This record gives sequence, structure tokens and C-alpha cells, in this order.
Amino acid sequence: MSTTNKPVKTTARPARSLAILGLVLIAMTGLVFVQGATAVRLGLDLRGGTSVTLQPRIAPGENGKVTNEAIDQAVSIIRQRVNSLGVAESEVAAQGSGTNRQIVISVPGDTGRRVVELVGQTAELRFRQVLASAVSTGAADPKATPTAGVSAEVNAKFAALDCTKLANLQGTGTDAPTDAIAVCDRAGTTKYILAPAEVLGRQISKASAGIDTQGGSAWYVSLTFNGEGTKAFGALTTRVTTLAEPLNQVAIVLDGLVVSSPRITEPIPSGNAQITGSFTQLEAQDLANVLKYGALPLAFDRGEVQQISPTLGADQLNAGLIAGGLGLGLVLLYSMLYYRGLGFVTVGSLAVAGSLVYLLFLLLGKWIGFTLTLAGIAGAIVAIGVTADSFIVYFERVRDELREGRTLRTAVESGWVRARHTILVADFVSIIAAVLLYFFAVGGVRGFAFTLGLTTLVDLIVVFVFTKPLVTILARMNFYSSGHRFSGLSAKSTGTLPVVKEAQ
Amino acid sequence: MSKLSGLGGRLYRGETSVDFIGRRRRWYSISAFFILASIGALSLQGLHLGIEFKGGSSFTVTKAHASIEDARAAVTATGIPGELIVQNIGSDKVRVQTSALDNAQNNAVQDALATKFSVTTESIDSQIVGPSWGKEITRKALYGLIGFLICVMLYLAMAFEPKMAVAAIVAVVHDVFITVGIYALVGFDVTPATVIGFLTILGYSLYDTVVVFDKIRENTRTITASSKQTYSQATNLAVNQTLVRSFNTSLIALLPVASILFVGAGLLGAGTLKDLSLALFIGLTVGTYSSVFIAPPVLAQLREKEPAMVALAKRVNGRGVIASTITPAAVDLIDRPRGPRNQPKRKGRK
Repeated sequence: MSTTNKPVKTTARPARSLAILGLVLIAMTGLVFVQGATAVRLGLDLRGGTSVTLQPRIAPGENGKVTNEAIDQAVSIIRQRVNSLGVAESEVAAQGSGTNRQIVISVPGDTGRRVVELVGQTAELRFRQVLASAVSTGAADPKATPTAGVSAEVNAKFAALDCTKLANLQGTGTDAPTDAIAVCDRAGTTKYILAPAEVLGRQISKASAGIDTQGGSAWYVSLTFNGEGTKAFGALTTRVTTLAEPLNQVAIVLDGLVVSSPRITEPIPSGNAQITGSFTQLEAQDLANVLKYGALPLAFDRGEVQQISPTLGADQLNAGLIAGGLGLGLVLLYSMLYYRGLGFVTVGSLAVAGSLVYLLFLLLGKWIGFTLTLAGIAGAIVAIGVTADSFIVYFERVRDELREGRTLRTAVESGWVRARHTILVADFVSIIAAVLLYFFAVGGVRGFAFTLGLTTLVDLIVVFVFTKPLVTILARMNFYSSGHRFSGLSAKSTGTLPVVKEAQ
Repeated sequence: MSKLSGLGGRLYRGETSVDFIGRRRRWYSISAFFILASIGALSLQGLHLGIEFKGGSSFTVTKAHASIEDARAAVTATGIPGELIVQNIGSDKVRVQTSALDNAQNNAVQDALATKFSVTTESIDSQIVGPSWGKEITRKALYGLIGFLICVMLYLAMAFEPKMAVAAIVAVVHDVFITVGIYALVGFDVTPATVIGFLTILGYSLYDTVVVFDKIRENTRTITASSKQTYSQATNLAVNQTLVRSFNTSLIALLPVASILFVGAGLLGAGTLKDLSLALFIGLTVGTYSSVFIAPPVLAQLREKEPAMVALAKRVNGRGVIASTITPAAVDLIDRPRGPRNQPKRKGRK
């Protein structure tokens, strides 16, 4: 080996990739502070809270299929209800794919039953004539003129109604269709007294948003009623169109809140109506979705309700961290014992992989609302093993090359070429597993798949831009630092060289 | 440790060799026995499914000295129907599991427990699963399993050889069977976390198999060009050469899993951590076994049927090379450098 001290061709490259990795880590750390994402977002199972998974189905007595639009609409209805609780960081999201999606509601803290009771009800869409409307200022308005033809009770409620209060924007879906009601609009700016419902959501057969290119690119919503609906809507529009403001308005009420209250300018007996106004594209599409949802109200089966007290959350977090520390410690200990000098490479690589994963947790928490759950922690701990496995595959390859008589310097390179293929294939299989788990898993366990996939990617990056360059540099350092074959090498590479005739 | 390094070297050069391929009948019999036992346990006892699959409610009260009797009495008094399982978890928790209940019944149980142990209802950890939910989860898990097997088979067929993909999948199915069998036999709870653990095992089991197959492919790439080794012999050498690696990767993968299992079961009692890591722990162990004892022999058997390999085997046997003195092709390619000049300096250092 004394004859192999030739200059290495790839002089600058390993140092360069280490430097680039260093810069990336620094940049990510900077980004973390700039974005203010300095704490990992913890899932409910780690800090306590209530999570409810709902399985949407068609409400009793309805026909049809659960559509994506209907689920999206259900999500926004439930979000409205949950937000009215005023608990920070509550989340409502659809999970899964296609029409078989679930709705997952997570509310931190001790809200328990209230959440469960709030989110499970079916939301209904109804058309009601507007009897009175007023801007809701926030203060009660006792001087409001009582509206004729409405019970004193509803008048009193209307007078007292404060639409700036979250609790009044909850929506319940329990407004009786045969009663006049006092309600707010979704935005919380206007309050209404509404007549009993005359047209029901299920009497709509079609709704869509469109753009009128001739009339100055105005967005509108068109809707079509079924036979029953055509008759009812025709009668309603014919009656109100000649009346004075605000009696000529028809409110579209979803889940007990007014979504829109268009003015009726002419009788519409045809069953086809167009709602125009100064809609943005988003508003028009949203209204169309509301109307479509009305055609198909969803009921919800409570799939799973989980309530975790903050005490248990803290315990689980602790257990996760202890298990992680223990697992990491054992892996490092074994690497050091078995691979000696190369064990330091494992330590360094795991440290780099750990920092990358941690920074990604922080940033993804900020960017895509990634939350770390107990299953996610388990995924990350399990990944310690997978990541370390890549190093072992590489180290063992280098040792194989040494056994074939190559020098350390060439063994590091030729071993890498072979190990690279193994690592790529093995990691790719892990990634396939993680992606499929992510799409097929339900609820919290998805976190496991996500962290497993993420850490496998990080593993690939670390092996390529850190472990390999580091080993190259170490191998070269040994040759340069010691002219002697034994002394300088010993500390770093005892583990790499097979001891063929070992006494013990 | 260094003794093991020495072993690695000897295995690599074929000086020490375990006949994994030749004794395949023995490994197959062992596996067949376990698989039959698994099927037996599954059909006789079935799996002990958690409430996530059956539907049901689970309430955990944290209170020092909470007794099972008190909890059972309190819940029974509410008059809810169905089976009731009450157990202590750790030293300060008692858990009540019921069959599927409606909202009012759930609230009643929660209230009864809160009153009995004078805690707030919010401090009771609960999990309530609707009756139809389990079917959904089971269906998804099944889709995941099938989708995974198909994707991986296609990928491995592209990355390696179609027959390697078949052998790898045989090994994976073997792992799943035995792991599920152990669950049925011992009666461990099966929860969604367990299922996720199962699915992850598949990825893991394949990791080891991929490492072994990669070496087999390397050893057999130009095998038909010479008459030194049969496919089975080359495969056996590859398994021996990667033995230390398989052992190390499996051990390193097991260490974190074992610590999750230890901490999860020790500190938290039942739960996600324990379920997940238990499935992984059992599966990993079985997976390591199959990557050495099942996948390579199956592959060798499949390949030995090919005409080219049959011809090769004839040539090799005709030359009178005895299987037990295999000379690794790789070593033969190297003229001198492997030799004494390099060896002495490695010796003498520990």
C-alpha cells in the first residue's frame, strides 16, 4: 500500500458536497427563524385534545352518491361550527382519497363532548323569504321596529341577536323549516328575520358557477330545480317579486346561516334560475357548491372519537422521547463497538440526518401544517435503524473490497459504486411502502407513514452528500497524515480491515 | 467483536460456509411447520381484534389506587349492554372497554366513571369507535397490502430480475403469515397500529432481501461464461458473504424498535407505541430469517430450472468440483494483491 500514494483525482468534490450540505443546513436554520417556526407542532395525542373522525354518507331518505364537492362543503360547514368554539389551532380536514374520504376534526384542549355533539349533525339547505334585515353592529338593538306577522319571541331574538359573537355563527342544522327564524349571515355582518322555508335543498337538481363573457366577465351561479322545486320556487318568486325591500329577497340558508340573499327581480316559473351579483370567481364557486350540497345533504357516522387528556399527552410525548433517546443510544453504541472508527461516521451521519429531519418537521409544520403525532415519533425512531442500515451496507461493501485486496482509498470508491445500488433499491422499496401506507392508513397512524417516508428521503440525501464524502475524506486523510501504514490509520479504520488471523 | 470481523472475512472468501441453499428442504420444513401452525392458530383462535375493528368504546381513568371492581360496578350500574373488559394499566390507570355504544350511553359511562373516581369527565381518556368503522379500516389495510405487493413486485422485477421479485414476494408473504400466526397464537391485540406495523414489516423484510439479492446478482452476472460454480453455489456464497451484513442491519433496525417496545409497554402500558413496535419486532425477526433462509433458496430453485443453468450445472459437476470447496469467482479475478502483502499489516491490530 505504500506504493499507492498517488494523488486522488476527485480532490475537491467531497469537501464541496460537505460544504454545500453545511450551507443548506444553515439556510434551513435561518429559514426556521425567519418564518418563526421554532417549535414542532405536536399532534393531539401528545398535548391532549379531542379528535373526531366522521364518515360521510347520504342522509336518510336521499338518493345519490357522496361527491367530492359535497364533502368539501361538509368540511366548510363543520369548520364553521368548530371555529365558533373559539379554540385556537382547531382543524377540520378531509382525509383519504376519492369519494370515500373521511372528515377529521381535531380540537386541542379540554372541550370533549361539546365538539362531539357539534360536528355530527346533518346540515340542511333551505330557501326562505327575508322578512327583515339589519346590519349587526355588535350591540343589541332594542329599538328595532318589530316585524309584522312574526311572533314576539322571534322579534325579541332578532333585536338581541349579535352576529359578531362567534357563538351565533355556529350553525346547527336544527332550524325547523316550518318556523320563522332570526339568524345571522355567514360573514357575521347582517342579521335577518326569515319566513318559513318554502323550497328545500333537495329540490335542487343542478348548480354550477359560470362566467358571462359578454356582460363584462361577471361571475354568476345558475341552478336548476326538480319538478317539485320548480313549482315551489315559481310560487315563491312570483309572490315576492313585487314586494318592497327587503321582502323581495330570498335567503339561501345553509346549516342555519344565511349564505346569500339575492333580490328577486322577476317571477321564475321555469325552474332555471341565475344568481348574479358582484361575485368573484371564488364566491361564485362557493355558492354553487353550497347549492349542490343542498341537493345532497350528508349525514355523518361517527367513525372514531378520541379524547386525550393533557396529562396522557405529556406522558406519551415523554415516552416517545425516551424511546427515541434509548434507541439512538443503542444504535450508536453498537456502531462504535463494531465499527470502531467508522462508528464516528455513523454518529456524524445520524446527527446530520437528525438535524435535517428536525428542521423539516419545523418547516413543514409551518408550510403544510405537519403535526407530529405519537405514531410519527415512532416512525422517526424506526427510521434511525433504516438510516443506520444504509451506512452498514456501505461499510460492509468497503470491507468486502478490502478483502479483495484493494487499498482503503480505492475500496471506499469501488465499494460505494456497489453499495449505492443496494441503498437506492432498498430505500426506494421503503418509500413505496411509506407512500402506500400514507394513502391507505386512516387517522393518526398516517403520521407514521409520513415520517417514515420523509426520513427515508433524508437518509438518501445524507448517505450521498455526507456519509460518502466524509468517508472519502477520512480515507484520504489517513494516507496523508501518516506515512506509516499502521499508526495513523489505526484509530480510524480498525473496524474496516478484516482481522483474518485473530488470536481470540 | 473483532472475532466477528474475522468471521466476516472467512465467510467472504468461502473459508467458512453455511450451506443455505443445499439444505433448503430443512428451512422449508421449518417454515412450513410455522405456517401450518399459524393457519391452525388463525382458524382455531382467530385474531384478538381491538375495538377499532369491532367498534366499541374505551375509557381510561388515571387515578392512583383505582380498582377494577369499582370501575366495573360503576359501569355496570349504567345498564349498558354487551361485554365489559376492565383492566389495570400500569399502577395508576384503569381501563374500561365496552362494545359499541351510542352517544348517550358513552356519556353515561363517562359520567359514572367520573363520579366514582371523583375526576372530571375531561380528564378521562376515551376512544369511541363506531360499529361500521372497523370494516373501513380492514378494507383499507387489505388494499394497502395488495397495492404494496404489486408495486414492489413490479419495481423489483425492473430493478433486478423477475424471478428475484417472485422469490422476494414469497419471502414477504411467508413473513406476514408467520407474524399474523404469532399474533393469533399468543392472543396479542390487533389494532390499526398493529396493521401499520405489519405493512411496514413488508418494506423492512424486503430491505434485507434486497441486500442479499444484490450480491447474488453481482456474483452470478457472468456465471454462465465460466464453469466454476452452479447458480446455487454462487447464490450460497452470496448469502454467506452478506451474512454479517444481514445480521448487523437487522440488529441495528431491531435496537430502536426494541427500545420503543420496551418504553411503550413499560411506561405507557397499552397503546400505539406498543402495538406498532411489537408487530415490527416480531416481523423484523421473521423477515431476517426469511431473507437468508427462504428467499435465496427459492430464487436458486427458480433459476436452476432454466436451460442455461441446467447446462452450467452439468459442466460444473462434470469438472468434478465439489460443492464444499467453492472458490469464489471474485477472488479468482484478483491476481496477487489480495495476498500476503496486504494481510500481515491487518493482522496484529485489534
